[in-house]
Order: sequence, then C-alpha cells, then structure tokens
Amino acid sequence: MPWGEFKDTAAERRLFQRRTLVVLFFLLVMVGLLVGRLYQLQVVEHETFSTLSDKNRVQVQSVAPTRGLIYDRNGILIAENRPVFSVTVVPERVDDLDQTLDHLSRLLNVSDEDLTRFHRRLEEPRRPFQAIPLRYDLTEKEIARLAVHRYELPGVEVNAELVRYYPYGKMTSHVLGYVGRINRNELQHIDPVNYAGTNYIGKSGIERFYEDFLHGKVGYQNVETNARGRTLRVLESQNPESGHDIRLYLDMRLQKLAFDLLRGRRGAVVAIEPKTGGILALASVPGFDANQFVTGIGIDDYRALKDSPDKPLFNRALRGQYPPGSTIKPMLGIAALDSGATTRDRKIFDPGYFQLKEGGRRYRDWKRWGHGWVNLKDAITQSCDVYFYDVAIRMGVDVMSDYLGRFGFGSDTSLDVSGALPGLLPSREWKRAVRNAPWYPGDSVNMGIGQGFNLATPLQLATATAVIANRGHWKQPRLLKDVVDGDGVPSPLPEETRKDIKLKDPSEWEFVISGMEDVMQGAHGTARRAGSNASYTMAGKTGTAQVFSLDKDEEYDADEIRERLRDHALFVGFAPVEDPKIAVAVIVENGGSGSGTAAPLARQLFDAWILGFPDQDAGTLASVDGEQKSGEGTQ
Amino acid sequence: MAARDFFRQTASRPLMNSRGFWAAIHVDPILLVLLLSLISLGLFVLYSGADRDIGMVKAQGVRIGLALVVMLVFAQLDPAVYRRWAPWLYGVGVIALISVLLVGIGAKGAQRWLAIPGLPRFQPSELMKLVVPITAAWYLSRHFLPPRLRHVGIALLIVFLPMGLIVKQPDLGTALLVGVAGLFVVFFAGISWRIVGAFFAAVSVSAPLMWFFVMHDYQKQRVLTLLDPESDPLGAGWNIIQSKTAIGSGGWSGKGWLQGTQSHLAFLPESHTDFIVAVLAEEFGFVGMMVLLGLYLMIILRCLYIAVYAQDSFSRLVAGALTMTFFIYVFVNVGMVSGLLPIVGVPLPLVSYGGTSIVTLMAAFGILMSIHTHRRMITA
Repeated sequence: MPWGEFKDTAAERRLFQRRTLVVLFFLLVMVGLLVGRLYQLQVVEHETFSTLSDKNRVQVQSVAPTRGLIYDRNGILIAENRPVFSVTVVPERVDDLDQTLDHLSRLLNVSDEDLTRFHRRLEEPRRPFQAIPLRYDLTEKEIARLAVHRYELPGVEVNAELVRYYPYGKMTSHVLGYVGRINRNELQHIDPVNYAGTNYIGKSGIERFYEDFLHGKVGYQNVETNARGRTLRVLESQNPESGHDIRLYLDMRLQKLAFDLLRGRRGAVVAIEPKTGGILALASVPGFDANQFVTGIGIDDYRALKDSPDKPLFNRALRGQYPPGSTIKPMLGIAALDSGATTRDRKIFDPGYFQLKEGGRRYRDWKRWGHGWVNLKDAITQSCDVYFYDVAIRMGVDVMSDYLGRFGFGSDTSLDVSGALPGLLPSREWKRAVRNAPWYPGDSVNMGIGQGFNLATPLQLATATAVIANRGHWKQPRLLKDVVDGDGVPSPLPEETRKDIKLKDPSEWEFVISGMEDVMQGAHGTARRAGSNASYTMAGKTGTAQVFSLDKDEEYDADEIRERLRDHALFVGFAPVEDPKIAVAVIVENGGSGSGTAAPLARQLFDAWILGFPDQDAGTLASVDGEQKSGEGTQ
Repeated sequence: MAARDFFRQTASRPLMNSRGFWAAIHVDPILLVLLLSLISLGLFVLYSGADRDIGMVKAQGVRIGLALVVMLVFAQLDPAVYRRWAPWLYGVGVIALISVLLVGIGAKGAQRWLAIPGLPRFQPSELMKLVVPITAAWYLSRHFLPPRLRHVGIALLIVFLPMGLIVKQPDLGTALLVGVAGLFVVFFAGISWRIVGAFFAAVSVSAPLMWFFVMHDYQKQRVLTLLDPESDPLGAGWNIIQSKTAIGSGGWSGKGWLQGTQSHLAFLPESHTDFIVAVLAEEFGFVGMMVLLGLYLMIILRCLYIAVYAQDSFSRLVAGALTMTFFIYVFVNVGMVSGLLPIVGVPLPLVSYGGTSIVTLMAAFGILMSIHTHRRMITA
C-alpha cells in the first residue's frame, strides 16, 4: 500500500454515492427512453400496428356463388349443381412436388392425363396459394385413403365443389351448351373480383349467353390464419348471392321425342311456339354428353367426338347451313303476291321444264312430265318448280332478297341463342363482292326453288315458318321464358328488333297458308300421307336439298358413301292452322325426300304437342331419366 | 414486516440486531418479494408465450426453484469469501473459455458449451458474468479509490480478456454483458471523468473500424435490419417487424391474456424466449409494460440501495456492477424487441424461458443479499 496507510473509507463511500447518482440519472433516462418507445408503438402508432396485426392473421377468401339452375317450361331440372370432391395441391406449401405427386399417384388412381393437365395448370398464370386440382370426382374410398395419409402430404387438400351437372346430357348439350374451366383467354375478360372464387364459366349455349345472370355475386369470408397459412376460424362472412334460376321455353318431352325420332340419323329439329317465339325443342342429332366437358374431357374422348363422321359436336340446328330447297316456296309465294309478280289466279303451263329463252338451258321440274296448268296455290301444294322459276324471273333477285330478308333469312334473328349462324341470303351485291361476278337470270331461277346460293339453318326455317303462322307478326326466337322467383329482376332477354311483315293485302297470308294446308291434307299435297287422318288442321311444306349434282360420281357404290350422298330431307310446317301452337323445321341429312322422311317426323311432333304426349305425365319423364341420372352419378 | 424494515432502514442507519429471521437466513425480504412478483408475472406470460404449454411452465418453475436455492446458497457466503476466491475463479474461468474455443460444443455456428466428463455441461461465459465484476472489484478495492491510471489499465485488462474470448465464440450478447459488468465496476470505482469521456470518444471513433474489421456479416446484417427492417420483410426483417407489430397492436391495455394473435398464431418468433416481452406487450398493453418496467425499476432501486449502504468498497463495487448489469439486460432486451437496438441474443431477465441465465441472475441476487446481510458490528 502506498503512503497514507489509511484508506479514506468515508471519501470512498461519498465517491460511490456520487457515481450512483450519476448512474441513477442515466438509468432513469434510459428507462424513459424505453417508456417513450413503448408509448410511441403502443399509443401513438397503435392503429397502424393494429392494422398490420390484422392483416397478418386475417385473410379474405372469396366464396363462389352457386350457379343458377335451369329448368324446362314444365319445371324439370335440366342443369343443376352437384358436389364433386377433388384433390388439390397448393404448390407453395409443398416441399417436394414430384415426391408428393408420386405419393398421390400411389394412393389414388391418377392418370397420366391428370398429371399432364396438372403440370399445364402449374405453368399457367394463377393467384399465389391457389390450389391446383389434380383429380376430380374422388370416390369415398379415395377420400378416406387421403384422410389417413394427410399428415404426410402437406399442401394437399380435398375440396368439395359444386359442379354443373346436366341430367339429360346428350339431349340438352346443343341447347344449354356447357360450362368449363376458365381458361387463360377468358381470365383476361372476366371481372377478377366477381370470379375470385369461381372456376367455371359458361362456354357455349345458354350457359354462355346468360353467364352474368347465372353466375351470381361472389361472397367473402374473413378467415383467421396462422403464420403457416392454415385457416383456423371464420371471423365474418358475407354470403355470396346465388345466380338466378331460369326457366326456358324448352319442353323436355318434345325435346326427347325429337331425339327419339331422329335416332340413328343425322339431322335437326327446331320447334317454336309462334305466339311467343319460344323455342320448344332444339335438337341436333347426334348429340354429345356435355358433362364430359365440365371437368375437362380426356384427349382420347375428345378426339373420338371430334373425328366422328357424324359430327356430334356440330350444332346442326343453329350452325348447319343447308340449301332450304322447296321449303322456301311459301315465303317466295308471299313475295310474289305482294310484289305483284303474280296473282292468286294467274296460271302457267308446266311442261316439266323451264327455259329462260327459246332453245336455252332447260331447268327441270322434279316431276319429269310436268304439272300442267298450275296457279300459285297448286304450285305450293304440289311443289311445282316451274311456277317458281317463272315468278323468280318476274321478281328478280332484288325483290326476292328483300322479302326473304324480312323473313329473317341471311341474319341471326334469335334473341338469346348463342352461336346461331345467319345462313346466306344471296343478292346482287353479295355476288359481286364475294364471287366477283354479275347476277345472272339463271341464279334467280335457282333461287326460286331454294337452291343455288341460298343457305339457311333449321332455326331460320322454323322462325320463318312461325312468321307465316303468325301471318307476318314477328316474335323473335328465344329460349328464356322467365326467371324463377325473379320478382323485380329485370329480364335479361334482349329487346326485339324485327318489324312485322305488312302486306298490301293481308288476306294473301291465308291464301298461301291454304296452299300449305293442302300440302298436308289436300288431294295432291306432297305430304298428304304424313298429314292424313288428323283431328286438327296443319300446314307445311316439304323440301329436298341436293347434296351433290346428279351427274357426278356414279362409281361410288359403297353403301356408306351412297347413303351420305343422298339428298337432305326437309320439312317446315305449323299446326293448327287457325291458331298455331307449334311451328317446326325438320332436316334429316341424307334422308331422301322431305315428304317421305321429314314430314312424318313433323307429324308426330304435331300430334304430341297438340293431342298430348303418349305418357302425358311430365313426372314420368323426370322419374325415368332421374334413375338414369343417379346411375351415372355413382359411376 | 418487510415494509417496516424498509422504512426503518431509510430513516436511519440500519440496526444490526433487529433483523431477526431474515437476517439469520441472510435474505433481504424486500428484494425477495419483488423478485417473486416478477417471476410470477413472468410465468403467466410464459404460459401464453409458449402457447399454453403447461409443461414448459413447469420446467421453468423447476429451474426457478433451483435458482432460488442457488440464490440462498450464495447469500449465505460472506462477501469476504467472494473477494478471497475472486482471482482463482477468474483464472479457472479464463482457462474454461479458452477450452471452449478449442474443444467446445455448440450450435448454430457458435461454440459456447463445455462438456467435462462427470459434470453437467455448462457455459463458462455465463459464469464470467459474475466472476469478471467480482475480480475487477477485488483488484480495484485493494488500492485507494479513485484508482490510478495504471490500476485502471489492469482492471480493464481483467475485463477485456474474457470479453474478447467470448466474442470469439461468437456470443456477442454475453460478451456485451460481461464487458458492461466489468466497466461498471471501473466506473463505480471513481475513474476520472476525463477517462470516461475518452472512453466514449474512443468507442465512437472505433465503431466504424469495428464495422469494417471486427464485425461478422451476420452482425452487420442485424444493424442494417434495425435501420430498415422493410428491406427484407420476410427474411432478416421478419423478427423485428413482427415484434413491433405485436407490441404496437397491444395498445393501451392489450388484447388480453392468451388473446395475443401475433404470438398464438406464430407470427412472433421466439415468443417464449428472447421475444417474450412482445407477448406481454401485446396481451397486457402499455399498462402491462409499465407494471413490468416498474417491477424492474423497484428491484434495481432496492439493489442500488444495498450497494450504497454496503460496508466496504469491494461490496459496493460488486453490488453496483451486478445491479447495472441486470438493468442493461432489461434495457437491451426491451430495446431490441421494440426496435431500438439491433437484435442480440439477450433474454428478458427472470422472464424468458431458459435455464442458465436465470441461475446466474439469481446467484447475483444471492451475492447482493449476502452483501446486505453480512454486516460487521463496527461500521467503518
């Protein structure tokens, strides 16, 4: 110890006390700092952090609305929703995707096609943490097996989803269309908010036309999730608004009958209620099962449908553009009378052919030896070609084109039928523009019997027939009847735009119609066999459309080919005459003659509609097909 | 009774013969009550922070029981014993630290543990939190205070040698606390303000140099993260963003016990260890934090009182340094969780889950009680 042996303990104590005071001061400053910091975080910025904390744990999930149901006019459900269980994978939550897929393939029956589709979806743009479906329609066994192995499979979930189901798949596919997965293209056009929870969208037909109406409004739920993204509970929710249920004019009994009548053939039937324009039946045979397309059709199945020579995917009723043949004669008859090209009493002599000038080309009548002296009514009843050759030349292309246009030819007059084609109504301008050739008188001659350039769809033929049945009053064809329980819901049906056909002398309607009546029930009518023994009146017109000109390919004698080279059989008509309840257009491809094939078919439709269906009870149909439906459901 | 003692002691010089039971078992009842209050509060928070894992709370309870026993044992030893043993313990501690660097075991890239056959494995750096201030106090109190420059130099050497060894492990948090404990001894010893000023000047000058030559990348990253957590919100910034969110969302009175969404939904990391204070802040709000800080402040004030009224310089220096180390623990932990300081692995004393630090801390309180209760009749 250095000098001054005594430690000055009192001084040391005072020194320590001073230092302690200094330390105490700094200590209080530092505590103040902490208090200030906590005050800043917890009191001043509380709102901000409270929001952050909620954003952490609360996630908004969209809840898809239930798609509106579709009924036929009698309340039979023709498009419904049923729960389908699918296994989905959230790639963000999977550690090793290949291993997980491998594991799933061992647990479930996962086809290569499923895997290919999964990988394709993986590549497509999508929302993060969105589940990608791997396989649909799991069986209960598979669901149970997945549940057992769930702990080994993070990111793999089983989802129940309401998926569109068409109980009468084949019969309604061409009317209703179908829904399918939203594809990349559609993703760019839809409202991303309203479709946030939806996977399906109407692809064609009614499903597509009324997509907005059927879809409904998306709902939300705020769910609490933990840091690993698992949903713990639902905090609050806003329920989605289901899409509207709609009822169509379609009558499933008539639709089924049309399918039965066309079974084994290729063809189309369109039936319209003239008073309302409502489409009662719209059959294109063969059809396809729309349910295959809902969850995604397999490549092989699709190829089979696409490559089938019967073209089941082709909607003949709306998109089949056929030469209308003689079925156009009643409309041309109206045109000829109203334009003054002919009168009711004017007669011409039909020697079996028509010549523009002496010694020129002979345009043949279907009846080789001719009809002799005929007036307009006879010409319609017996389908005299020469008479119409004559009036066609008298009217000229411009008049014919004008009148046929007023009957809806050359344009799609349907209100809500998606994908209907306009056919082809030739005119001078059209030929100049498209064929780059002048209109020749010979073109008019052909046009007079619905051959040549004319093309019309079965829907157009039925529509024009309904206009005649209405005596010129237009009711544009439509499928939507009303909205079920839709009080106050504005109908989504578009406005009508067609104007009624006003004739100088409205009684011309009755004259032409009486000619059509005689087709069915007159002594010389072309369809008198089909129209015989009826307890009600009916009017019609047969037609035959040539597929190939006759001087061609006689060498082909294989049955199949020959069958496909036969003429198309056509028929248009309505009944009863005084108070039309149904107007139809029937086309049977390669069916031969309109009178022999198409007209008897129409007669059965008339009988059923006017006299009643064989099994009158609509419930019978529902129950019979209901069994079929449940049978398919469990497969 | 404890309160009466407190007033009597503040009113006049303590009377040796009136302490009765508590003096006989060498326990300061005031400090004990404060510690037990804090520990109880801590267990409640831990139950929530560990997401209702009662097993974890029980394990912590057992550890606390053990720590209380250690405290009692340390309280029985006369301060003179610590002074006598200080240099020897220091020697053993330094050797142990060197051994850790050579043959230590650890995790996450740091060697902290020493496993000697036959003994439970332990962390020598933890021991040094006590040994370093005691040794520095032993050295300085052998001479007149305030100390001469030479003695200050040697005292600093005593502090910096183990501190450097701990930095090497690397265990920045413990090194910091060991250094702080030693430096407080030097400060309490009364070194001149010029040296204190020079020290702070040196620190501020050397900070940039440290940045470039001493600090590890991960340490730099922590500082950068403190300055701008949003630069990597899902990576380095995650902890600090989530803990600030937890604290801030607590508001005035909190979301309620066990209702903290940040902790229970696993957004808050380490919610039962280093970040447990964020759980308390979220569930009990600003009010709860004031209660917690109030408890800590009362413990510290009681300990400073013990230091001021200690009988000799060695005791004063040891008591003062240990108290301030305890405070630094609190400050660094709450500071880092609330985003004032970079993330260093410092637990919230007596509340965070984990064994070693609780035992060390309670041993320190045992030493303080020992200082307070071992009094010679003659006050010098």
